[in-house]
Amino acid sequence: MAVKALVSTRKGLFIYRRSGQRWEMGTTHFAGTPVTLSFYEPREKAIYAALRHGHFGPKLHRSDDGGGEWIEIATPDFPVEADAKPTLKQVWAFAAASDGTLWAGGIPAGVFKSQDKGESWQFVQSLWDVPDRGRWGGGGYDESGLHSIVCDPRDARHVLVAISSGGVWETRDAGKSWQVRTKGMYAVYAPPEQKFDPAIQDPHRMVHCPAEPEVMWIQHHNGVFRSADGAAEWQELNPPISNFGFAVAAHPSRTETAWFVPAHSDQRREPVDGRVVVNRTDDGGKSFMTLSHGLPGEQAYDLVYRHGLAVDESGERLAMGSTTGGLWFSGDGGESWTMATARLPPIYAVDFA
Amino acid sequence: MPLVHFTAHLRSVVAKSPVVAEGADVRSALRGVFETHPQLEGYVLDERGVLRQHVCIFVDGEKLPNDRVLDAPLTRTSEVYVMQALSGG
Repeated sequence: MAVKALVSTRKGLFIYRRSGQRWEMGTTHFAGTPVTLSFYEPREKAIYAALRHGHFGPKLHRSDDGGGEWIEIATPDFPVEADAKPTLKQVWAFAAASDGTLWAGGIPAGVFKSQDKGESWQFVQSLWDVPDRGRWGGGGYDESGLHSIVCDPRDARHVLVAISSGGVWETRDAGKSWQVRTKGMYAVYAPPEQKFDPAIQDPHRMVHCPAEPEVMWIQHHNGVFRSADGAAEWQELNPPISNFGFAVAAHPSRTETAWFVPAHSDQRREPVDGRVVVNRTDDGGKSFMTLSHGLPGEQAYDLVYRHGLAVDESGERLAMGSTTGGLWFSGDGGESWTMATARLPPIYAVDFA
Repeated sequence: MPLVHFTAHLRSVVAKSPVVAEGADVRSALRGVFETHPQLEGYVLDERGVLRQHVCIFVDGEKLPNDRVLDAPLTRTSEVYVMQALSGG
């Protein structure tokens, strides 16, 4: 089971350590600088941290010793000749393929690959050049953002990415070509004739079941979706409380289990009735349990961002961080939660290491 | 020789400031500094070689517009300040 939790916040990276069932603050890194995402890569036992200096652009750092020493590595750059003259604003997605390739994505919604642990990056031109890119939306930022990358553990060439207001895209040839994969999704926020337009679907977060990667889950702008066939088709689910939210976590081996954190609505990005809750399904989304034991029960305005919920390889241990700086852990699949702190800076992301 | 001062926010990539530079304009002076401080470049310029939106440069006491400052001429006694534009909280 995980012994460290990486908590990426607006004012630095905090590494929490587990001692038995207790999680305690360990070390602080990049104090004062926004850390938009951090990622533990278990094969190399490397931690990657994505910084977004307000003035000096996005930067990446890697630690090979669990967060002791950090080195600044290369920042993925858009090539000067890329259409629309993009410049990278932040790194917003990491994933590692089974052949050791490290994938990264960001804002704008470009995707990059590294074969050398981030010492150098190759821009994946083919996704930037799909004809639909011109219709991708902003999804909360001025430019489109790629926030989810899912690598098939059985086939390193098979990767899916999700883009806010830009759909879901799949490659089976390591990024040479891409097909859109949003069948079953719809957009209530679009003009009626564009409701099913794949290129404007707004997945907020996409994950898969690592042991059975055909099973995928999406928290979409206007609903929760599951696919049992590797994103060929998506079925809408009906969670209680609200179907709006950002975060989703998939059980590492149980294909029927996933967690979501409902928020009120697009217009009110806060918990329903001031209560922080987690929805869990154990039957593939036919039914849900709303879990709240140990979570704030009133007057809470904690929003959990798309990377703010994580489950470890046991499937029992969860971490959740909020925009209000609340950090909670569960050791029993979300049945009960313990608050580690209520006062971190706004939390962008959590991951186990 | 022009002197280039860097904001304290950049100490992790340029340990000592100011730096004695060579060049007839801001661009060439910075280019020279980047040769000895290669990590610094990505903090000041984006991947297109454009001054980052929230970085500002003063030349001899005057803040010049971001789209022109890299071409601003320098004298042997010029003082350049590379600062962060004030934003955020």
